[in-house]
Amino acid sequence: MESGKTKRSGTVIFSAYERGAAIKKALSLSRNDILFELKNSGLKGRGGAGFPTATKWMLTAAAVSDKKYLICNADEGEPGTFKDRVLLIEYPELVFDAMVVGGYTIGADEGIVYLRGEYEYLIDSLNDYLEEMRKDNLLGENILGKNGFNFDIKIFLGEGAYVCGEETALIESLEGQRGEARNRPPYPVNTGYLGKPTCVNNVETLATISHIIVKGSEWYKQFGSDKSKGTKLFSISGDCERPGVYELEWGTKISEVLELVGAKDAKAVQVGGASGICLNSSQFDRTLAYEDIPTGGSIIIFNKSRNMLKVLKNFMEFFVEESCGQCTPCRIGNVKLLEGIKMIEENKFTFKQINKLKELAETMKIASKCGLGQSSPNPFLSILENFKDEIFNHSGGGSYA
Amino acid sequence: MRRNNNVRAPESQKPLKIDIAENPEDLGAMINIEINEKKVSVPMGTTILQACRQNQVHIPTLCHHDDLCIAGVCRVCVVEVEGMKTLQAACSFPITSPIKIKTTSPRVRRARKNILDLLLSEHYGECYACVRNNNCELQALAKEYGVDHYNFGHIEKPKFRVDNSSYAVVRDMNKCILCKRCVRTCIDLQEVGVLEAINRGEATYIGTFFDKPLADVICINCGQCINRCPTGALHANDPRDEIWAAIDDPTKHVIIQTAPSPRAAIGEEFGLEPGHSLTGEMNTALRRIGFDAVFDTNFAADLTVMEEGTELLLRLHKLLVEGNTDVAIPQFTSCSPGWVKYLEHFYPDFINHLSSAKSPQQMFGAVLKTFYPKIKNIDPANIVTVAVMPCAAKKFECNRPEMTDSGFKDIDYGLTTRELAQMIKEAGIYLPELPKSEFDDPFGDASGAGLIFGATGGVMEAALRTVLELVTGEKIENIFENAEIKAVRGFEGIRYAEIPITKVGPVPDLISHLFKDFKWLEGVTLKVAVAHGTANAKKVLEDIKNGGKFSECQFIEFMACPGGCLGGGGQPIPTNAEIRRKRAEAIYKEERTLNYRKSHENPKLIRLYNEFLTDGPCGSISYKLLHTTYTKRGSFIV
Ligand SMILES: Cc1cc2nc3c(=O)[nH]c(=O)nc-3n(C[C@H](O)[C@H](O)[C@H](O)COP(=O)(O)O)c2cc1C
Ligand code: SF4
Ligand code: SF4
Ligand code: SF4
Ligand code: SF4
Ligand code: FES
Repeated sequence: MESGKTKRSGTVIFSAYERGAAIKKALSLSRNDILFELKNSGLKGRGGAGFPTATKWMLTAAAVSDKKYLICNADEGEPGTFKDRVLLIEYPELVFDAMVVGGYTIGADEGIVYLRGEYEYLIDSLNDYLEEMRKDNLLGENILGKNGFNFDIKIFLGEGAYVCGEETALIESLEGQRGEARNRPPYPVNTGYLGKPTCVNNVETLATISHIIVKGSEWYKQFGSDKSKGTKLFSISGDCERPGVYELEWGTKISEVLELVGAKDAKAVQVGGASGICLNSSQFDRTLAYEDIPTGGSIIIFNKSRNMLKVLKNFMEFFVEESCGQCTPCRIGNVKLLEGIKMIEENKFTFKQINKLKELAETMKIASKCGLGQSSPNPFLSILENFKDEIFNHSGGGSYA
Repeated sequence: MRRNNNVRAPESQKPLKIDIAENPEDLGAMINIEINEKKVSVPMGTTILQACRQNQVHIPTLCHHDDLCIAGVCRVCVVEVEGMKTLQAACSFPITSPIKIKTTSPRVRRARKNILDLLLSEHYGECYACVRNNNCELQALAKEYGVDHYNFGHIEKPKFRVDNSSYAVVRDMNKCILCKRCVRTCIDLQEVGVLEAINRGEATYIGTFFDKPLADVICINCGQCINRCPTGALHANDPRDEIWAAIDDPTKHVIIQTAPSPRAAIGEEFGLEPGHSLTGEMNTALRRIGFDAVFDTNFAADLTVMEEGTELLLRLHKLLVEGNTDVAIPQFTSCSPGWVKYLEHFYPDFINHLSSAKSPQQMFGAVLKTFYPKIKNIDPANIVTVAVMPCAAKKFECNRPEMTDSGFKDIDYGLTTRELAQMIKEAGIYLPELPKSEFDDPFGDASGAGLIFGATGGVMEAALRTVLELVTGEKIENIFENAEIKAVRGFEGIRYAEIPITKVGPVPDLISHLFKDFKWLEGVTLKVAVAHGTANAKKVLEDIKNGGKFSECQFIEFMACPGGCLGGGGQPIPTNAEIRRKRAEAIYKEERTLNYRKSHENPKLIRLYNEFLTDGPCGSISYKLLHTTYTKRGSFIV
């Protein structure tokens, strides 16, 4: 493991937790009680899509099948995100305990951790940890004496493609196919890994669940904003003095974040990773919350020295590279958006062309097959909008044609 | 790239799991939906696309094909579903709740147009220099959306070299729109799997194993991918130029033979509805084009029936009378070159099951460069043989090195139905309006048995008519009404029939040198099967491997293409189940009108045996000219 645990502080995820506690508690509850707790907590998926976790578990629990799977999505490919790695290294008990709880709740006996290829160096220690759990009967058969409840976890090493973090592409990849998103519906909760009902949860979602199970949803709900309950981990990077992983309550203002991490002359904040949106300083009083700016937790700070067009170009190059290439809007659309950026760079564009590209970006958002193509236009649209003075002045302005 | 030749299709491309019940009304599995504010009711699991089509609402599609599983990748079929943030692909959205659909909202129209513009921006090709001009789904869509300029630019240089290494399929990836229909055809429909999407994102293209030329991978040349490609990215290797040159060369005697399936489909190339046979019109057109002789491949099919049927009896005799248990039974038909190559690649240990009889095309070729020049007094070196085939694999077959038993290349060119239609158009002929004419002698008559070779089950039916009549001495009409053996007809992927031989007759003259009597067949039940499409062939072969019911068969017909030859890779585009059914109807309808319905009754065939193949079916002359050998190719020999 990475050098010893740094003591982190946080009200929920980084609060005290005793290994195995969630499993013990869950096994004393009925499945319905667990689902109720989750529903009452209002927990939403932390992988980015923000789907209510209780609903996902309920749907998988309700699916009729002889076999179900619970998958922990540890692909963490979004640029600027590293919170899941911290959890896996420093708090594996939170993640794995919740997987066992999930198995119990939805009726799965197999859990799979889909680990990002670049995190290969974690695999041995994680396997050691799982072995410990087996010794203590936190995994295996008749877990903690609960007759008939068997559950085990294995770790699968991903292939390093960003799109494999998308849950259906992840499942394809697990099955040994190209990492390409599937058509939805049907959803994984009905037809997932090997055609069986499958619940895919983000690492942080799971870690949060362990605490909710032990301490209760009412306790959890005291944190956060009106409409977004609880806390969230943020991976904060870029131009600041104290980058890192922070646990913050939903409802925190961007300006508060900047203050916390010591970002002095921030000009722009990219919220949600490459596929997120980019805010300018006039928007720093907006809040991180599902009702304002929902996010998977990546915050990248840019100071005054940064050229926003270059920033945007970097993002778009990433998407051109990472699109799986199966659907038209994303495969070619990202290329066209990048070409547009180059046209601006070279000052060879018309506003008619740019407007056409903005229209294209809107099409990509609604017509792409998966979340990648649906969100990759976000930085394009938000940077061109929020930094239009800088961008079009920098280039000397285009012509109207 | 992963080798994907025996792997199932990617899960995302398999059909959706929600099956439509057979009796949704009774189950209460009908769902009330709205399409453009019109209330309709559809069975649960119907896709939006199906629902719209059933209600005469047009939805554009590119990656969708009725024969294939769902891909949902082109995204031109997107529609609005009330309450959903994003648009939904109509082709892949199964209806399971009472949704409201809008198919022409501004968002939908704009999205479709943008997607089309994106495709065009990457599409390198000029319609007037493209085989699919006027029959291209991309072009049609551009017209539908009134494209008059390129919104997102247009690629100026080709990115890929055209791969024309294969005798059968030319791949021009510059025209590819990555709909993956070819991939799905090859993996799912045919279970061959030589095509796969390679790379990610912008760099994605459809490639072969290790990027080898198509001729160097285990493609079976079936051409099914061509028939399902929406654009000109895939087309057959076209020999028209060489054929025109031969026709124009006065020293050449250019012969054309026409297979049963092209005549039942070529009308489609001239705007006729599927299901019109143009046999006589085609003969006239071929003479006007300048072919020196026009023959009917069905004549050679009769020859095949005689040889293959006799071979079957010989194999059975070896087993049942001589007690030779090494003899390979069931015997497999060998007239589909795609199927033959499939077997050579994927089940090489089974090649001794293949009938050694050549396909009708190649039998005819051998006769046309031996017997025919002799009676016509022509130097065989000056004969050019062309075969009009519904098939892409026939182009490969005629180039197999062993197909030179006449001392020359037996068949010089395989020409597809599509390419022939093109030649006819080039000659300024509108085919449907031509007067009819007959085939030329000395092969002017062919039986109906030869004609039905075009449909799946046809070879089996033709062979059974002859074998049963020869063995039992009973008129086939007395055993099967109208001589129609319905059990082997139809489009079921795999069909099976048992026909007990309750009595036997005397051995007919033609084969009396081979058998003393047929007593040993009395009481035997003939077990036969028919499979079309190599995915179905694979099922049968696996069953034989495992000693299942098909291993008990004596004779099995295999066709590489779904529907048999009438669905071949050289047939008019588009294709779907309905079109193939109509072509089959046309063939069976024409068959009923013919003078002879059984191969062994064909008088011109009997003449050939009397005058040329004088030691009879499976005799030494026919073994030299009409039979062949196969290669255990496996994965490495191509
Ligand atoms: C392109 C793309 C990449 C994604 N990458 C990840 C990822 O790395 N980790 C993750 O947990 N979710 C990722 N997701 C979201 C998953 O599809 C899925 O929504 C999530 O794993 C569900 O878990 P949750 O409900 O706990 O958030 C990604 C989505 C898309 C479209
Ligand atoms: S949106 Fe992009 S990543 Fe997703 S399926 Fe389409 S091409 Fe692949
Ligand atoms: S593939 Fe279609 S659109 Fe492309 S050049 Fe050929 S006819 Fe035109
Ligand atoms: S010709 Fe047949 S085997 Fe060859 S690539 Fe096409 S579909 Fe596959
Ligand atoms: S070659 Fe044709 S069928 Fe195959 S993906 Fe390209 S356009 Fe589609
Ligand atoms: S036809 Fe529906 S996505 Fe291509």
